[in-house]
Amino acid sequence: MINHIDLSSVLRRTVCDLYSDLVTRPTGKAVRDGIEKQLAEIGDRTLTVIDFSHVGLLDYSCADEIVAKLLMRYCPAVAADVPPRDAYFLFRGVSDSHVDAIEAVLERHGLAIVAQDLDGAVMIIGSLDESERRAWEVMCRIGRAAPLELAREMGVDRAQIEAALAALCRRRLAMRFDEAYVAVGAAS
Amino acid sequence: MTTVIKIPPSLDDRTFELVLEQLAPVPQDEKILLDARHTRWASPYGLTALLTLAQARSERPGFYAPESDETCSYWSRTGFFTYASELFELHGAPAHSRAGGESDVLLEITPVARSEDVHEVVGRIQQKSQSILTKELNIDAKATMGFAMTLSEACQNIVEHAGRGGWVAVQTYRWQKRLGRRVVVIAVCDAGVGFRQSLESSPNHRESDRWDDGMALEEAVIRGVSRFRDPGRGQGLAGVRRYIGRWDGKLSVRSGTARIAIVPSWDEDVPLQEDLPAFPGAQMQITIPERVADK
Repeated sequence: MINHIDLSSVLRRTVCDLYSDLVTRPTGKAVRDGIEKQLAEIGDRTLTVIDFSHVGLLDYSCADEIVAKLLMRYCPAVAADVPPRDAYFLFRGVSDSHVDAIEAVLERHGLAIVAQDLDGAVMIIGSLDESERRAWEVMCRIGRAAPLELAREMGVDRAQIEAALAALCRRRLAMRFDEAYVAVGAAS
Repeated sequence: MTTVIKIPPSLDDRTFELVLEQLAPVPQDEKILLDARHTRWASPYGLTALLTLAQARSERPGFYAPESDETCSYWSRTGFFTYASELFELHGAPAHSRAGGESDVLLEITPVARSEDVHEVVGRIQQKSQSILTKELNIDAKATMGFAMTLSEACQNIVEHAGRGGWVAVQTYRWQKRLGRRVVVIAVCDAGVGFRQSLESSPNHRESDRWDDGMALEEAVIRGVSRFRDPGRGQGLAGVRRYIGRWDGKLSVRSGTARIAIVPSWDEDVPLQEDLPAFPGAQMQITIPERVADK
């Protein structure tokens, strides 16, 4: 199920209907609470498009509260931990100035997201291992694929690709469908 | 008894130290009178720091306004007298103190105490700053968002840590003697708890032999340490540092008895000054110079 959340609407609804900038920690926390409330109302496995298109400014504090803390809830630091639901995120309408703030906070926490810029180009922002980044890029190019197919495409052995896929799924950057995997952001 | 404190003819972050030196031997609850009659110019730092000085006194200080009509008129347009009238017993100030109208005042002196104030400041600066930053300071249009982010994080320092309200002001002017270029200057001053006391309130805080205001500034400004356990904290000042690094700017923060600075090549300031006269809170200045073409 694909769910769409317009951040400027959440901001106006949860904080003040005159604001268009995502600044300050209290604002970020209120917006994140608004997002989580919406997530709680929908199904267990979802891809949520979080739309920045109508957001003016995003500062570091707000980026930390909204993007990093939201992701930390769903990307457990320990593989054995179970997130509240099987949620995946695509951050849409991300401008260069949004990227500055988001990238800084994600790198601090060792997190990564899939973002789509204003021209529609999809990219990874944040910290990602080189083998994971390559696997995500190949999946974006070829679409839904089984580990063996990906291993062949990347010229690596099956164990390597399985480790990369497990990490990408845990980090919410790829979804598993039975025996195959799809990159978040592929053909978005 | 009233002690008269002379305000220098030109009041900025450096000469404000002369004010604090005069103030140092005066007991906190003793009446003071700030004499700015011969002051001709003040930076945003100078003006906001004067307000915090009044805020920090137990007894309402007196204030002689500048004798120069031009200076008084300019200070009025920055909004200084609007807030000074609440904090000082004013003598010789203009009858009507109205802010606004001055093109090089990017943001009049604005009180900051709550998150809502930061939204207000950020909204106002974006409206006014873009054309000035791009046309007069040759700063890339994309950088204007970063400028507003920097301002937002600097103001949040008050909201999150000071424990009481402060002020922000933004202005552009030509820095003829020191740089020969235009600059945009952000000043954010408060008379709150300051960096040392803020960090001391952290459950993780461990005092070392050298723990003092200078070390507290190093921890917060250079290493991004915050009083909160949350690992995401401390990113605001790191963001400010990134921005000034990208645009060859300068950051200085004074708190307690120390002052730390990230010094660009065009300036001759020292990175850390200690044993300054004690002053409560934190006073921050961010200076972004006009871009000049590489030769």
